Amino acid sequence: MRLRLEKRLDDRWWIKPLVALVSLMLALIAGALVMECASIPYYKAYILMLEGAFGSVYGLSETVVKAIPLMMLSLGIGIAFRMLLWNIGAEGQYCMGAVFSCAVALAFPDFPMAVMIPLMIIAGFLGGALWGAIAGALKAFFDTNEIITTLMMNYVAIYFLEFLVYGPWKDPTGYKFPMTAMLSPSSHFQQFGNTRIHLGIVIALVLMTLFHIILTRTRWGYEIRVAGENREAARYAGINITRNIILVMIISGGIAGLAGTCELAGIQHRLQHGFDLGYGYTAIIIAWLARLNPISTAIVSFFFAGLIVSGDHLQMSLGVGSGIAEMIQGIILFFVLAGELFLNYRLTFRKDRR
Amino acid sequence: MTSHSEEAMELNEACLLEMKGIIKRFPGIVANDDVSFSLKEGEIHALLGENGAGKSTLMSILAGLYLPDEGQILLDGAPVFFQSPRDALKKGIGMIYQHFMLVEAHTVAENIILGEEKSCILNKSSIEEEIRCLSDDYQLSVKADAKIWQLSVGEQQRVEILKALYRKARILIMDEPTAVLTPMEIRELFRTLRLLTEAGNAIVFISHKLDEVMEIAHRVTVMKSGRVAGTVATSETSAEHLAHMMVGRDITLSRKTGEEPGEQAAISVQSLCVKGEKGIPALSEVSFEIRKGEILGLAGVAGNGQKELAAAMNGLVKIQSGTISLLGQDVTDRNSRELYEKGIAFIPEDRLGTGLVPNLDVEDNMILRGYWRAPFSKGPFLQKNAIADFSSRLIEEYSIKVPSRSSPVKSLSGGNLQKILFSRELASEPMVLVAVHPTRGLDIGAVEFVRQKLLSEKKRGAAVFLISEDLEELLDLSDRVAVIFKGRFMGIRDARTATIDEIGLLMSGVCSERGEPCV
Repeated sequence: MRLRLEKRLDDRWWIKPLVALVSLMLALIAGALVMECASIPYYKAYILMLEGAFGSVYGLSETVVKAIPLMMLSLGIGIAFRMLLWNIGAEGQYCMGAVFSCAVALAFPDFPMAVMIPLMIIAGFLGGALWGAIAGALKAFFDTNEIITTLMMNYVAIYFLEFLVYGPWKDPTGYKFPMTAMLSPSSHFQQFGNTRIHLGIVIALVLMTLFHIILTRTRWGYEIRVAGENREAARYAGINITRNIILVMIISGGIAGLAGTCELAGIQHRLQHGFDLGYGYTAIIIAWLARLNPISTAIVSFFFAGLIVSGDHLQMSLGVGSGIAEMIQGIILFFVLAGELFLNYRLTFRKDRR
Repeated sequence: MTSHSEEAMELNEACLLEMKGIIKRFPGIVANDDVSFSLKEGEIHALLGENGAGKSTLMSILAGLYLPDEGQILLDGAPVFFQSPRDALKKGIGMIYQHFMLVEAHTVAENIILGEEKSCILNKSSIEEEIRCLSDDYQLSVKADAKIWQLSVGEQQRVEILKALYRKARILIMDEPTAVLTPMEIRELFRTLRLLTEAGNAIVFISHKLDEVMEIAHRVTVMKSGRVAGTVATSETSAEHLAHMMVGRDITLSRKTGEEPGEQAAISVQSLCVKGEKGIPALSEVSFEIRKGEILGLAGVAGNGQKELAAAMNGLVKIQSGTISLLGQDVTDRNSRELYEKGIAFIPEDRLGTGLVPNLDVEDNMILRGYWRAPFSKGPFLQKNAIADFSSRLIEEYSIKVPSRSSPVKSLSGGNLQKILFSRELASEPMVLVAVHPTRGLDIGAVEFVRQKLLSEKKRGAAVFLISEDLEELLDLSDRVAVIFKGRFMGIRDARTATIDEIGLLMSGVCSERGEPCV
């Protein structure tokens, strides 16, 4: 007997859900094995995880809260990836967005909300866009590898943020904690009901719709699709690739910056050490799993957020270390990503007649 | 031809190789459907068929590149299984691909022993000696210590043959070996192939050129849509009969009817110089004119500047010096879109690489040229209805076979891809049409479509620039034929009086009657 992978000849509608389900089942079994070894009641753990993320209004709302930055970051990354621009600098662009917005809120604490919020949104977009544009311009004019530049600029942005909260922006009344003072209430996003879900969800959903329309219905979206698939054909069609590289990096960075603004104005209300949570990297995985499709990005972001929230919940209610929760997240992710293979390939067994 | 028929009779009747009931499926198609094929010792067996008929798939199975889904391969009567090309090579089956698998910066000897080193320490002189013996035996004159990049295409092909022989191949599979050769090199190749078979080797000769098959092969297996249409001895068949088997109907290709071109030059290129990829001049001082209603052919061995010339005429490479003008108006250094709007349409060599976007659908590809203007765009938005109407109209007008307007073009056949390209490029009734290898890799039906289109464009009054490696096609269609060699025009001849031999000489850089090289 010999096991081989072969390209799938057909794509039937039930393959996707089946692969997803089987991947999840296998991940749960693998996670259960590990938990069994650590003498953690895995059955209870799974119930807790499910409840934590989706089982209550509070859990669900927290999942949505986490989904907001993930969705915006992966939308931004997705549009760059469409153009074959490997922007892995969402993390830095996110930080710069937050820094720029924070600067507005700190500089003009007395502005009324109607002026403050739009200004912060514009500033956040500009901060991220600036960070993206630098890498974009280097790529467009000097063909500098954007994977390297965007990655390096993450560190610049993160340490710049750290510098601000440890230095000039440190709250004088904050007992020397590395954080800014609480921003004035006029800079706080509207939150809905008793939840922490904030204005950011509206922005994220509008962006999703906008991106969907841009990609499918507009001339510019057409240029992105052509240039992303085939640079030669784009040149042949007279598409200005240099201009589009910079433009796409501006938009991609700007959206990541907006995600930073939303996290700042919607949840944290101050900048502090550890403001970035590595979402910019998680978003890369989300963008890929969603195949760069804006609508799928929203859905995948929601489930990823659920995974994060359920891990936190597990940690709190079972009193297990963060390691176990992160391990389960990792296992689930691993199996889901591995399952991708079976969307395009099938296993065949053949008898060897040798 | 008669001498071959006698040889065919004398062939050892025992089968060296048999492929039985081979089935190979790929997504959406059955590439080989119950195919059987046999090869005798000392035989040249041609595998003939249109593109996509399954020739390459069948031979890739034999060479160990693909596993068949069903069926059996018998070598000397015993079943064999190949998991990889290495397995096949061990059993004496070597494949020579159309695109050579050679390391350019290495010497001939290094390329030949690559992967076959017999010990850790290379004994250079003994290897070179061995290679010399082999090349003497089969009159494959190649210097063992020459670097690959210094060799001509024909010489590189000989290195590939030596590589297979060095690995003790008894069965050589050659995938369209003549496609890249000049007529003279083809004659040399054929001499080598005969010597090889006299020594007991067997050769599978994949081709879609009927005359070559009739000249060199003992037997022919014709494939058609994944099945064997028949196997015949060349002594008992004719080119016409083979063509009929290939296509399933009789086809005579269109040729020019002798209408005189107009007087006015539609496009004029003066002293054009373009740098190639490595900074070496790819075109030097190229000048020519094409009149309205004229087809100017361009002959030349691949890689002599044709690609750069076509790219320069379509605004895709930077022009070093020289001018291009359309009806007297200077259009040098305009980009591809501006040139298209001014009336230069382009059928690029690489259909899916340049002319079309494989993963986008038919509609998106139809508007590649005009997406940015009315009626396809209004403000920032694409006009879906206008695009759909335009696509439907062209699909109908050119009878393009597509599953739907929203299916990605990568799944379409070469003929349909070419139809999409032609329909889109000609939709604007261009003044000049530049077509690079427009019939390459197409089945006969599609070839005929392309030839008719080129001729009807001429009739409409367009100036057609036809770059091709198929000399007969050039002479059949063109009013005049230019020849390019190392980036220079060797001359322009009247197609009515030029002969294939004359053009062939010019292609190899010889331009005087006495055979002196002129560059």
